[in-house]
Amino acid sequence: MAEDWRNGGFGLYIHWPFCMAKCPYCDFNSHVSRSIDQKAWLDAYLKELDRNAARTPDRVLKSVFFGGGTPSLMEPETVAAILNRVGQLWTPANDQEITLEANPTSVEAGRFQAYAEAGVNRVSMGLQSLRDDDLRRLGRMHTVAEGRRAFEIAKDCFGRVSFDLIYARQDQTVPEWKAELREALALAADHLSLYQLTIEAGTAFGDRYERGTLRGLPEDDDAAEMYEVTQEICAEFGMYDYEVSNYAKPGAESRHNQIYWHYGDYVGIGPGAHGRVTMNGIRHATDTWKQPQKWLDAVAAGTGENLVEAVSPTEQANEYLMMGLRLTEGIDLERFNQIGGRALNPRTLKELQDMGMIELESPYLKATRAGRLVLNAVIAELLLD
Amino acid sequence: MTELSNIRNFSIVAHIDHGKSTLADRLIQMTGTVAERDMKAQLLDSMDIERERGITIKANTVRIDYPAKDGQTYVLNLIDTPGHVDFSYEVSRSMQAVEGSLLVVDSTQGVEAQTLANVYQAIDANHEIVPVLNKVDLPASDCARVAEQIEDVIGIDASNSIHISAKTGVGIPDVLEAIVTRLPAPKGDRNAPLKAMLVDSYYDAYLGVVVIIRVIDGVIKKGDRIKMMKTGGQYPVEKLGVFRPQMQDIAELGPGEIGFLTASIKQVRDTRVGDTITTEKKGCEVPLPGFKPSIPVVFCGLFPVDSAEFDDLRNAIEKLALNDASFSYEMESSAALGFGFRCGFLGLLHLEVIRDRIEREYNIDLITTAPSVVYHVFMKDGEMIELHNPADMPDLSKVDHLEEPRIKATIMVPDEYLGDVLKLCQDRRGVQLDLTYAGARAMAVYDLPLNEVVFDFYDRLKSVTKGYASFDYQMSGYQEDQLVKMQILVNDEPVDALSIMVHRTRAETRGRAMCEKLKELIPRHMFKIPIQAAIGGKVIARETLAALRKDVTAKCYGGDATRKRKLLEKQKAGKKKMRQFGRVEIPQEAFINALKMDD
Ligand SMILES: Nc1nc2c(ncn2[C@@H]2O[C@H](COP(=O)(O)OP(=O)(O)OP(=O)(O)O)[C@@H](O)[C@H]2O)c(=O)[nH]1
Ligand SMILES: C[S@@+](CC[C@H](N)C(=O)[O-])C[C@H]1O[C@@H](n2cnc3c(N)ncnc32)[C@H](O)[C@@H]1O
Ligand code: SF4
Ligand SMILES: [Mg+2]
Repeated sequence: MAEDWRNGGFGLYIHWPFCMAKCPYCDFNSHVSRSIDQKAWLDAYLKELDRNAARTPDRVLKSVFFGGGTPSLMEPETVAAILNRVGQLWTPANDQEITLEANPTSVEAGRFQAYAEAGVNRVSMGLQSLRDDDLRRLGRMHTVAEGRRAFEIAKDCFGRVSFDLIYARQDQTVPEWKAELREALALAADHLSLYQLTIEAGTAFGDRYERGTLRGLPEDDDAAEMYEVTQEICAEFGMYDYEVSNYAKPGAESRHNQIYWHYGDYVGIGPGAHGRVTMNGIRHATDTWKQPQKWLDAVAAGTGENLVEAVSPTEQANEYLMMGLRLTEGIDLERFNQIGGRALNPRTLKELQDMGMIELESPYLKATRAGRLVLNAVIAELLLD
Repeated sequence: MTELSNIRNFSIVAHIDHGKSTLADRLIQMTGTVAERDMKAQLLDSMDIERERGITIKANTVRIDYPAKDGQTYVLNLIDTPGHVDFSYEVSRSMQAVEGSLLVVDSTQGVEAQTLANVYQAIDANHEIVPVLNKVDLPASDCARVAEQIEDVIGIDASNSIHISAKTGVGIPDVLEAIVTRLPAPKGDRNAPLKAMLVDSYYDAYLGVVVIIRVIDGVIKKGDRIKMMKTGGQYPVEKLGVFRPQMQDIAELGPGEIGFLTASIKQVRDTRVGDTITTEKKGCEVPLPGFKPSIPVVFCGLFPVDSAEFDDLRNAIEKLALNDASFSYEMESSAALGFGFRCGFLGLLHLEVIRDRIEREYNIDLITTAPSVVYHVFMKDGEMIELHNPADMPDLSKVDHLEEPRIKATIMVPDEYLGDVLKLCQDRRGVQLDLTYAGARAMAVYDLPLNEVVFDFYDRLKSVTKGYASFDYQMSGYQEDQLVKMQILVNDEPVDALSIMVHRTRAETRGRAMCEKLKELIPRHMFKIPIQAAIGGKVIARETLAALRKDVTAKCYGGDATRKRKLLEKQKAGKKKMRQFGRVEIPQEAFINALKMDD
C-alpha cells in the first residue's frame, strides 16, 4: 500500500500561469500580465522545489513538465535555473523526460535552442489548427505558416516533439477534419494530442454558448464520428490511440501524462498546480493558490499550498479508475482492489461487458472503443460509493 | 366585553393580488395595533411559503381598536382571506363568521374571476359589501371605469366605492369610517346559552391545538367546560384570547366577538370547522348550520426519492395534515416507486404548497406522480368504485362505464385574447354555457371536465393570454364519458406511476405528447430505449430515445484528479435521484413534467 506511487512512477509538474492573450475556449489557469518579474518567480519556484523535495526524499524523478499558461514565455535562464535545482534535489531516472509546452509564435521559437541547452528534451506545441480562419476564431496569435515553421525549428532542437490540435470546431465537417488531420499526420513526428473542443463554463466561448451565439458546433453524432475517424486515420499512420486524446508510435507515449494515468505520485508547483504525494505511507492531494500574486505572496510567507489532504482508499481507487480507463491498456484490477480495499461491483461489470462497453482480461479491465466514447457514463456506473 | 353596537366584523375579499393583505397592513398600522418598528409588508402572511410566493394561503384574523369620528371606540375584527381559487374554501368559511365584506378591486385591473366568485359568496352570506378600489397611486388606475364595471358585471352599487392606495395609505381613514358607518353591528344575546362557531383550528408547537371561534350568543370564559356539538368532544377552556395579531389573553368573549381558545385538544382532527361550541351543561339546543365541507379534488402520489425516507415522509404528512383539514392522504404502494402516499388536494396550488413544505420543512426529496381526479367506476355488478389512482383501474371486462367530474369555469379575459381562450376550452372538451361582454372584457362560462383542467390548464390560460385572463371554477357534478387508462412503457416495461386516465378522443395526442416529452426528460443511456403509450395492450404512440453517443472528457487535466473525480461522483449521485425501471433510470421530475402539454 504505502509504496503505491511506485506503480505509477514519480513526476514533477511546474505551472507557468501567463499568456500573451487569453484564448476564448481556455479555462486553464492562465493570465495576461504586462510585466512579469522573472527573478521573483524563479525564487518562488526554487523555494517550492526545496519544500517539496524535503517531503519526497529518495525518489527517482521520471519526468518534469512545464505546463501553462504558456511556459515558452519563460526566460530560458529561468528554466535552466529550475532544472538545475531539480537535478540537485531528486535522482533523475535514466530516461528522464523534460517537457515544455510551447506556443508556436516566432518569438518563442527563437528561444527553443536555449531551452534545449537548459535540459528540455521534449516539446508539446499548441498548433491547434492547420486552417488560418480557424486559428483566428480560436483567438490564436499565430498563423499556420508560423506554426509550421516553429514546429520545424522544434524538431531540430529537441529529441521528441509533439503538437496539439483542437477539432470538432465550429462549422467543421467530418471530411474537412479528415483532410486536416492527414496534413497534420504528414507533419507530425511520433506523438500527437488531438482534443475535441470542449466548451467550458466561464470562458468567452462558454458565455457565448450560454447566450446561444456560439453557432455551428457539431452535433454529438458528428463529433462521435470525428472521433472514430481520428482513430482510424491515425492508425493508418502508425500512431495508435494510447489514450482518449493522445496518439503515438509505440514507445513515444508521453511519460509525464502516463504518471497521471497510471495514478503515480506527482508534485505540483506553481499557481493552481495540483499534486498527489505519498507521505508517511499516506497518499495526499495537494492544491495551490490559483491567483499568481496570491501564490507568490504565499510562497514568500512559507508555502504556496492551500490544501494538503489525505485521499481515502475509496477516493484513490476511484481516481485510479477514472484516470486509468482513459488509457487503451486500461487498469489492473488487482491493483484497484489493493488501493480501494474492495472490488468493483461484478453485476455492473457484467452489464457493461454485455453492452460492449468494457473488456475484461484478468487482471485487466479496459474500455472498448465504444466504451471510450461514453467513458464518463461508464466510469459513473463503476465508481465505488 | 364589548357592546355589540361597538363591534364590526368583516372579511377582506378580492381577486388574487388585488391588495387584500396590504390593505390589512394599513388598517393594522393606522390604528396603532402594531408598533411601527414591528410593521412589515403583508404582516399577516406569516408562513414561509406565503412570504416567498407573495400570496395568502391561510385566512388570518386580527382584532383592532378604532376610535371613530363619532367619538366612540370600536372593536374591529378583520379577516384577511386568500385570493387563489384553490383556497376559496377559506373565504367562504371566513364569511360565515362576519357580517360584512370589503370588496377590494385593483383599479388598474378591474373585475376578475375571483372578484365575482367572492362577491357571490358574500351576497349568499347576506353581507353588507363595501367596494374598495385599490392602487390609485398607479398611473394605470381608472376608478371610473372599474366602478362602472362593478355595476355592470356584478350588479352592485359602486357609486360610493372608496378609492385608496393600500400602498401609500391614501383613503385608509375613509375605509375605517365606512367599516363603522356602513357595516352592521353583529347581533346576539349575552344571556342566552353559549353558542359559538368553530371557524378554524391549527396546531401550535407550544399551545397544541388552537381553535378560532366566533361567539354568537352567550359568553365564554377561561375554565368553562365546553362541548363540541358535532364531535361530542368535551374540554375545559385553558386559554382564551384575541389576535392583535399576536396572541393576547382575554378574560371572556361575548356575542359578536372573535377570538381563540385552547383546551388540551390533542389533534386538529378532533375539531371540525363549522362545528358549534356550547357549554357542557345547559348548552344551546340548536347547532349552527355548519359549513359545506371542502373536498379534495386533485389526487397524486407522493413518494420519497430515497425509499429509506418513507417513515420521515409519513411523519411529515401526518404533521401537515394536523393543520390542514382539507388535505387527505392514504398509503400507496407502486411497483415502480415503492411505498408512498396517495394525497388529495383542493387544487394544484394546494398540491404544490404541500409538496414544497414537505421538501423544505422536512428535507425530503419527493417524486410527485401525475395528478388525477376522482373517477366513478360503475361495475357491471352495479357497484360504484371511486378511482383515485389510475393504477387501480379495475379489469375492463368487469367495468360497465365511467363517470368523470366536471366543473363550471368562469374565465374573464380582454377581448383580444378571447379567441385563444375559446380554442383552449374547446381543445379541453369544454362546452360553452355563456359568453358576455363588459366593455373590452369578455366573460366566458364553460362546462369542462376537471381532468382537463387539473394539470396545466391554468398555466396554459395564463400563457395564451399573457397573464390577462382570470379563472374561477366550481365542481358541477359527474358525467359519463369515454374514458380509458393509458399506460406508458419504457424499454418495454410498464411504468405504473405514469399511467393516466384520458378521454378516448384525446388519447393519441396525449400519448404522443407524453412519449415525446419523456424522450427529452430521460437522459440518454448507453443503449437505445423505446418509449410507448398503450391502451389495453395496443400501442398508440411510440418514440425511441437514441443511445448516448458521446460523453467523454477530451482534455487531460494535468492531474486535477480531485475536480474530475467530484464531477463523476456527482454524475453518479445524480443517478441516485432517478428511479430505476428495469435498466432505465428516470429522473424524478419526469413523472410530472411528462404530462405538460405545449398544445
Ligand atoms: N402600487 C400599489 N401596489 C399595491 C397596492 N396594494 C397592494 N399592492 C401590491 O400588490 C401586490 C399584491 O398585494 P397583496 O396585498 O399581497 O395582495 P393580496 O390580495 O393579499 O394577494 P393574495 O393574498 O395572494 O390573494 C403586492 O406586490 C403589493 O405590494 C397599492 O395600493 N398600490
Ligand atoms: C495547457 S493547454 C495550452 C498550452 C499552450 N498554452 C497553448 O495554448 O498552446 C494544453 C492544450 O489543451 C488544449 N485545450 C485547451 N483548452 C481546450 C478546450 N477548451 N477544448 C479542447 N482542448 C483544449 C489545447 O490543445 C492546448 O494546446
Ligand atoms: S490555450 Fe494556451 S495560450 Fe491560450 S490562454 Fe490557454 S494556456 Fe494560454
Ligand atoms: Mg394576501
